[in-house]
Amino acid sequence: MSTQMYKPGSYPNLPPPPGTVGFYGWIRNNLFSSISNTLLTIVSVVLVYYLIDGIIGWFLFDAVFDADSKIECRKINDGACWAVITRRVGQFVYGFYPEAERWRINISFLTMFIAFAPLLYPDLPKRKWLLWFSGIYPFFAFILINGGFFGLAKIEYSLFGGFMLTVILGVTGIVCSLPIGILLALGRQSKLTVVRTLSVCFIEFMRGVPLITLLFVASSMLNYFMPPGTNFSILVRVIIMFTFFSAAYIAEVIRGGIQAIPKGQYEAADALGMNYWQTTRFITLPQALKISIPGIMNTFIGLYKDTTLVVVIGLLDPLGIGRAALADTKWNGLSTETYLFVALFFFVSCFAMSRYSLWLENKLNTENK
Amino acid sequence: MKTKILLAAATAGVMFAGSVLASTLDDVRARGKLNCIINTGLAGFAAPDDKGKWTGFDVDFCRAVAAATLGDADKVNYTTATGKTRFTKLAAGEGEILSRNTTWTFSRDVDLSQTFVGVSYYDGQGFMVPKALGVKSAKGLDGASVCIQTGTTTELNLAEFFAGNGMKYNPVPIETNAEAQELYKAGRCDVYTTDASGLYATMSSFDNPADHMVLPEIVSKEPLGPVVRHGDDQWADIVAWTLKAMMAGEELGITSANVKSLAGKDNKNKEINRLLGKDPLQGISKLGLSADWAVNIIGQVGNYEEVFEKNLGMSTPLKIARGMNQLYRDGGLFYIPPIK
Repeated sequence: MSTQMYKPGSYPNLPPPPGTVGFYGWIRNNLFSSISNTLLTIVSVVLVYYLIDGIIGWFLFDAVFDADSKIECRKINDGACWAVITRRVGQFVYGFYPEAERWRINISFLTMFIAFAPLLYPDLPKRKWLLWFSGIYPFFAFILINGGFFGLAKIEYSLFGGFMLTVILGVTGIVCSLPIGILLALGRQSKLTVVRTLSVCFIEFMRGVPLITLLFVASSMLNYFMPPGTNFSILVRVIIMFTFFSAAYIAEVIRGGIQAIPKGQYEAADALGMNYWQTTRFITLPQALKISIPGIMNTFIGLYKDTTLVVVIGLLDPLGIGRAALADTKWNGLSTETYLFVALFFFVSCFAMSRYSLWLENKLNTENK
Repeated sequence: MKTKILLAAATAGVMFAGSVLASTLDDVRARGKLNCIINTGLAGFAAPDDKGKWTGFDVDFCRAVAAATLGDADKVNYTTATGKTRFTKLAAGEGEILSRNTTWTFSRDVDLSQTFVGVSYYDGQGFMVPKALGVKSAKGLDGASVCIQTGTTTELNLAEFFAGNGMKYNPVPIETNAEAQELYKAGRCDVYTTDASGLYATMSSFDNPADHMVLPEIVSKEPLGPVVRHGDDQWADIVAWTLKAMMAGEELGITSANVKSLAGKDNKNKEINRLLGKDPLQGISKLGLSADWAVNIIGQVGNYEEVFEKNLGMSTPLKIARGMNQLYRDGGLFYIPPIK
């Protein structure tokens, strides 16, 4: 090793020895630092290669995207048989909604984003005008999807199915359960005994009963209570049950938010001479809702996924459509493909909701971290 | 006490009001569509095709009733029901017929106040094994591990069968048919047991169906058939005779292909004339049906043999043999009363 002398105080900043930094340095330190580590690395790489090769092969390269039946699929290649999805994508999306009328669903779905935009993004330009549309959207969508007005053909609820059914159940449940949940949370904190007792009873009952029981009540029991001949669509019954169930959970989440607000806030509101509604509107709710965003979103995602439970009362949500597809002798046995596809749909929707809630949390974050 | 009486009176009133409403046939005619409750998906019995049209053995029966009552087999609304919800759906009036591979039992017939109008398919619990196992009879299954759906009558039948033959087995409990397929394919159980029709459906889903076989023993009675509500005998008769007309069609050699020509001429066999409306049956107007009801059924849907072969028979992947589901003259169990 050569030695070099420097005058005191004049040492230059030497670069680090080669091979200890940068890409190679990282690889050497982390993957090949010892013999055992090197062996592990090699084994892992081989394993990962075979795994990925097998999986991608099955998913893509060896997969069949169009065929008439499972038998034909197998003749073409031995990967996944996505033909069961491609041939039935209409059914997965719209259920048995008549093909000629499917534009109604498309329009409802697209305009749903316009209706939601001003609610979800407070900084939107022309927000006030769009809010008007949000207000009339539920009626607009109902008329369009259900029909029976303005020359639109009435569509039987038994034809509803697929992702459309999930979105209808999920979105209606989510939208209706939030306001009801807020009212219930406030009611539970109320000083008025009657309001408080009713809220507590409702919340505890709904939370104390499994959702699947409520669905059976909706599908079977209600029929016995109502006079014969009343045509109270099972879809409406199920939506009501979903809404009530989720509202009870939302109420508890929001109550947690309300109770997390320091007492000083209320005292300050009292000192300013605010009445109950003013306090609620300007002090309690803005803070409580902000605190409860993760909890609320959690409940929403749960509700959205729970919509698959309707399959037990014979409504054909994507899972039900998938099962029905598997019952077709042409596609019998392709359960992996079908369930993966349905799982993908739910993952995409739920992941989007979860990302939105993160965005909103960050946006509203005024806490001193 | 008083409120109780009032409540009872109100209930009775509501129920009475329900029963004096128009007859089921009038309801169907007024609506222009038949509401039929079917399975959410069972291979060969009810499943939507790629176009979203329901097909299958049970579905075809709905179509036959629509053809008889409305003259058009396509005028059917299908409502899907699970095993748990089917009877309440029927009782609540969500459908006029329950055509959903439903086993006729005493308690269902009597206790649930329903009317089973006949048997359209004689099913029974069977055993499926890989041929490699080398078993030719269910009697040779001593010590086998058996995939069995929990909480079903099949579980009880299995225990009874093995106990009755002094054999032992290891149950592998499962929840759904799909789960059973996977476990059986993976070799976790030697035997899968459920209704024979279900076994054939499962087998048809395998990559190599020929490597498996259904053992000849059938260990339970599962007569499947359409169900209607109590209280409307006219409607029950219509549904019952729709089924019989399909079987009579097979017996008399009337098919969807030749029904039109047979209906147009005077046949030597007078029973054909009566069934097809040439010599109208006495009392057909009491059923509220037109004279060409059977022509519509067989012409638009087919006779029993055609429907069976189209949905379940040897030309389908299910490959179910007629077995008990034949006319008595061919060694089966269908014995139709005379069409007189």
